[in-house]
Formats: sequence, C-alpha cells, structure tokens
Amino acid sequence: MNKEGGWSEKIFSVLQNMEIRQAAYVPDAGHARLIELCHADARMKAVSLTTEEEGVALLAGAWLGGERGVLLMQSSGVGNCINMLAMLQECRIPFLTLVTMRGEWGEFNPWQVPMGQATSGLLRDIGVIVYRADTAEQLMDAVNAASHLAFDANRAVAVLIAQQMIGFKDWHK
Amino acid sequence: MTQQNEIILDRREAVARILEDRGDALLITGLGSTTWDAAAVGDHPHNFYLWGAMGGAAVLGLGVALAQPHRRVLVITGDGEMLMGLGGLATIAVQRPANLGIVVIDNESYGETGMQKTHTHHGVDLAGLAAAAGFSASRTIYSRDELEETVSVLYAASGPVLAVVKVKATLAPTVLPPRDGPYLRDRFRGAVLGDRAAG
Repeated sequence: MNKEGGWSEKIFSVLQNMEIRQAAYVPDAGHARLIELCHADARMKAVSLTTEEEGVALLAGAWLGGERGVLLMQSSGVGNCINMLAMLQECRIPFLTLVTMRGEWGEFNPWQVPMGQATSGLLRDIGVIVYRADTAEQLMDAVNAASHLAFDANRAVAVLIAQQMIGFKDWHK
Repeated sequence: MTQQNEIILDRREAVARILEDRGDALLITGLGSTTWDAAAVGDHPHNFYLWGAMGGAAVLGLGVALAQPHRRVLVITGDGEMLMGLGGLATIAVQRPANLGIVVIDNESYGETGMQKTHTHHGVDLAGLAAAAGFSASRTIYSRDELEETVSVLYAASGPVLAVVKVKATLAPTVLPPRDGPYLRDRFRGAVLGDRAAG
C-alpha cells in the first residue's frame, strides 16, 4: 500500500533542522510513518485534528506564540481549509503544509477525483505558494525550500506529494 | 425555566470583569461581538483579535498555549463562533493544555447578522460538550456570583477549562480595535517574544 521507501525519515530530519515544533495532522496513509516519527520525538508536539482547518488556526497560534509548525494532510483536506487560510494571507503568517495527493494517479475512488484535481488551483487562489514533488529527490528539495520560504520569507507554502510516490491503495486486501 | 436560569448578565460587564484580572495573560478573541467587547475594555498588545477565521478562535488559542506553556492563554469568543469549531473542543481536550481557558459569551444569537438564534438557544449545551470531550472543568454561568467564582478558575486552574457566560441578547455599541492583520501580528509577537519577534 505504501512504497514510501524512507522519505518520511528524511522529511522529519528537514523538519527538525527547521525547528518545527508542532505537527498537526489529519491522517493519510502516505503520512503514516511521518506521523509516527512526530509522535515519538519529545521535541515535537503532534496534534491530531478533527478537521484540517483546525490545523491552520492551530499553527497560526503556534507562530504567534513563537513556535513553527507543519500541517500534514491529504488533498481532500485542503478543501476544508480555505476560509481559515485567508487569515494567513491577511496576516502574512508563515505556514507550511505537506499534502499527499489523491484523485490523480490511477485513483480507484471516484469521489477523490474532484478535490484532488482542484487542490493546486484552490491553494493558489487563496494565496498559498504551491510546490510539487513527483520523486523522493524532488520531495527533499521541495520540503527544504518550502520550509525556508515559509519561515524565512513569511509565506504560506504547500508541498504537494504526488500520488505515484505513495502507491496504489489496495482495495482488495 | 427556573429563576436560576434567567439570563440577566450584560456582555460588556461580564467581559470587563473577566479581563480585570488578566494580569499578563494572552487574549485571543473570536470575530464579531467578543472582539468589540475586548476593545471596549481597552486595547492591549497582548490581545490578538480575529476579524475572520470563524470557528478558529479556540484552536488558535491552543496553538499559542502549546507554544507558550508558561503563560496563561485566554480565548473569549461567541456561541456562534464556538459552534462552528466544535471539533476543536475534542482536539483541545486531547492535548490537555494546562494553561488554556476558554470563555464563550453566549447570547444565543448571531449578533452581527441580525440576531438569528443559534443552537444554544435551542438547548445545545456548550459546557456539557466541553465536559464530555474531557475538559478539566466547565460550567455555564448565569449570575454575578457564579462569574466571580469562575474568574480565578479561568486564570489559575489546570486547563483546559471552559466557561459559558449566558448574556442578554442586546447589541452593545460596536467598539473597533485595530484590524490590520500584519499590525496585530507584529504587535502580539513583539509583546510575547520581544527580540525574537522579528525572526
């Protein structure tokens, strides 16, 4: 189901280097290992959410209080965040999110397709800068660059993690 | 309805009483009337007013509380704003921030849009929801005596705590605090973080 191949550890080390201290998430299979790593690290506060927009508000508060955070979600969750993201645009609050994509590469579930196809455009429309990673190498570079853009240049930045990196969900297990 | 549950409190008086004891607590207000209430008490660099982001006040307060575990964080928001972010009560309860207090100024109405009734008018119990989620303490306040008993809980009890203050559904004069996002952000960060704010 998940052919992630060690990139979660690499992303986690980037997050540590950037002194990310709050990791908010609504689970996705593609983020499962990274979520485990965040929970296991005493320096990181891993915050499970009931809906993704909570993560936008939470991390705005974190930054106002002097801590950096990251929001981990899948593309369906982006749609839950739009009005809350408007706050980041108005206040120019730094924000980093890593979005695992659904509804694009060999998707089995047709209900995932509309939101997956709209994800990138919606994020741009609400003022979030969008990076995309199709390979593990691109992903490391993208997360590192996005972190700097977010927290050094005070911008809202999303890294979209291509569905082909996560692999097909096995619907017949 | 028992006499105890008659709604007699005035929102401006209640918020003024709560903020009288704020000390160096950090304050987040939800959009609309509770932002005007805080502004009527007096603008303060430890205040961060939401002029939008409806449903986000309590969880934004959680983010501040986790980042500043040695400072008290108070959220004052309205019943409509809190109802939009009910899931946040569960998220906050699971995190158990000892330094977070939440006040819901509950006039059972959407005050900015024509006083339409909210769910609390029809019996939805926000203090009960917080208790069911696992808050350390929560209660609904109808009287000045109950408010007096609760102010110290908001600032000193091990959180998260939530108080619903039932207030009359009367519109108070709109008092506008600063609203420019970058200004509010820089002022709050400067007051909380000092020299670290620019980084």
